[in-house]
Amino acid sequence: MSIVVFVSNTKGKINKAGLEAICYAADVAKNSGDSVTAVTAGSLEGDGGAGAYGASKLISGASVNPSDSAQVTNMVSAVISDEGASMIVTSHDNDGKQVAPRLAARLNCGMVTGVTGLPDTSAGFTVKKNVFSGKAIAQVSITSDKKILALLPNSHGLHEHGGTAEVSEWSGDAGAASVTVKEVKVEESNVVPLPEAELVVSAGRGMKGPENWGMIEELASELGATTACSRPVSDIGWRPHHEHVGQTGVAIRPNLYIAIGISGAIQHLAGVNGSKKIVVVNTDPEAPFFKAADYGIVGDAFEVVPKLIAAAKAFNASK
Amino acid sequence: MNILVCISKTPDTTSKIAFTDGGTKFDENGIQFIVNPYDEWYALVRALELKEANGGKVTVISVGDASNDPIIRKSLAIGADEAVRVDAADTDALFVAQQIANYAKENDYNMILTGKETINYNGGQLGGMIAELVGLPYVAMATKLDLAGDTATIEREIQGGSEVLEVNGGFVLSAAKGMAEQRIPNMRGIMAARSKPLNVIAPSGGEAHTSVVSYELPPAKAECKYIDAENAGELIALLHNEAKVI
Repeated sequence: MSIVVFVSNTKGKINKAGLEAICYAADVAKNSGDSVTAVTAGSLEGDGGAGAYGASKLISGASVNPSDSAQVTNMVSAVISDEGASMIVTSHDNDGKQVAPRLAARLNCGMVTGVTGLPDTSAGFTVKKNVFSGKAIAQVSITSDKKILALLPNSHGLHEHGGTAEVSEWSGDAGAASVTVKEVKVEESNVVPLPEAELVVSAGRGMKGPENWGMIEELASELGATTACSRPVSDIGWRPHHEHVGQTGVAIRPNLYIAIGISGAIQHLAGVNGSKKIVVVNTDPEAPFFKAADYGIVGDAFEVVPKLIAAAKAFNASK
Repeated sequence: MNILVCISKTPDTTSKIAFTDGGTKFDENGIQFIVNPYDEWYALVRALELKEANGGKVTVISVGDASNDPIIRKSLAIGADEAVRVDAADTDALFVAQQIANYAKENDYNMILTGKETINYNGGQLGGMIAELVGLPYVAMATKLDLAGDTATIEREIQGGSEVLEVNGGFVLSAAKGMAEQRIPNMRGIMAARSKPLNVIAPSGGEAHTSVVSYELPPAKAECKYIDAENAGELIALLHNEAKVI
């Protein structure tokens, strides 16, 4: 039997979260003796990296509109049926969020989103997921035969399984269009999108104004990090909404989260406490964020950040 | 224009999370419950704005026991016209979606709005499941919604940016930040909410395929290691040699 993995693709490439979902499925398959079949809407360059991370087959639907959740659901459910799959894996990214719930309703099966670990099959079938916006972890049981798992990005990690996937074109009928794409606004940039970023430099009201973000961007650029911000900063329009991390913004799990001029309200911590290492820079030694930090610097961002930039430059030069 | 908005009860965002009964139950002791922020600030408020511009009716629906009534009244105070509560436990997303879809099928709605996820279970499943069950287009993570006649223009977050979609006729969407601004109910709204209809209906079939077995808290953090601000640059070496993250 096979495990079917739905992955999104951006301009012919599977995103990192999608490759991580394939890698996760391949690790499940290793124990169960299954194979992994990846499926995507649109076309890919070659196998899009699916083989290297453990898929033996990649099925792409060139005629399927990736933004049309009804069409994508029609394709993925047809592939699930063709493959006789009982486990379906996807990333809990923006495309997975649009497709996986439709699939669960179509298949009338149990689904867990925001999965952070491999399934435990010692008694029934359970997986761990993040709940309370990262403030707790729940172990959730699925009792239906078919199961859908949506993996939280950056929670499994990527390791190569080796190999290439046999690529084929899906020949089914995805049905009538339910939506029309009028415009796509994606900024050309080499920066990793926030939900997938391993290194994040984030700043808050302590920066005093949007004109002072140059040093935050410079530090991020030296470290190869993605920039983020606290809620007040996005609410007052200093930074775009998509940079807001926290309970009501994006929840992230990078390897490194550097928080500059952010006091660490409980709602902000909820979005970042899955980070492996947290650095806090704040003038207030009583800032609650220091309690969640691995490294702390009590000091003024305007003095500390230039020192960090200089040290990062020296570090890069020595590499 | 008739709009159905799905609302869920969640602990206040400042709540300290704890569990009882051997880690199997959420400890509600001292917890303030609120309307899930994504449901209220974005889905409900945008629905009210569209009603104010185009006429019609906004109905809120919630699945849960009578302890949901205060957050339902709050939604009515903000401006919803009427409310429905399905009297059943909201432990599994597909079960909840089935209740709402069954209700929606018997009534005529131009659109069904939900928040992108709840802040307690973080599922993000409800909208897509309802869309599939009622057979409508679904747009997840929507940050803008505008109407011109029978055509909706919806902007949604995608990897590294956003896309603008057009949908004709009915649809379901999940609302993310950006769609509307929070509204604080005024005294007149609070008074009016008391006499607005809140219909309690029995669950209509459906089964749960998932359940929470247990909860745990994340492992405690080690002590924070402080670096003198004068020598802030030392951090970079620590991140490389000790933390091994760069």
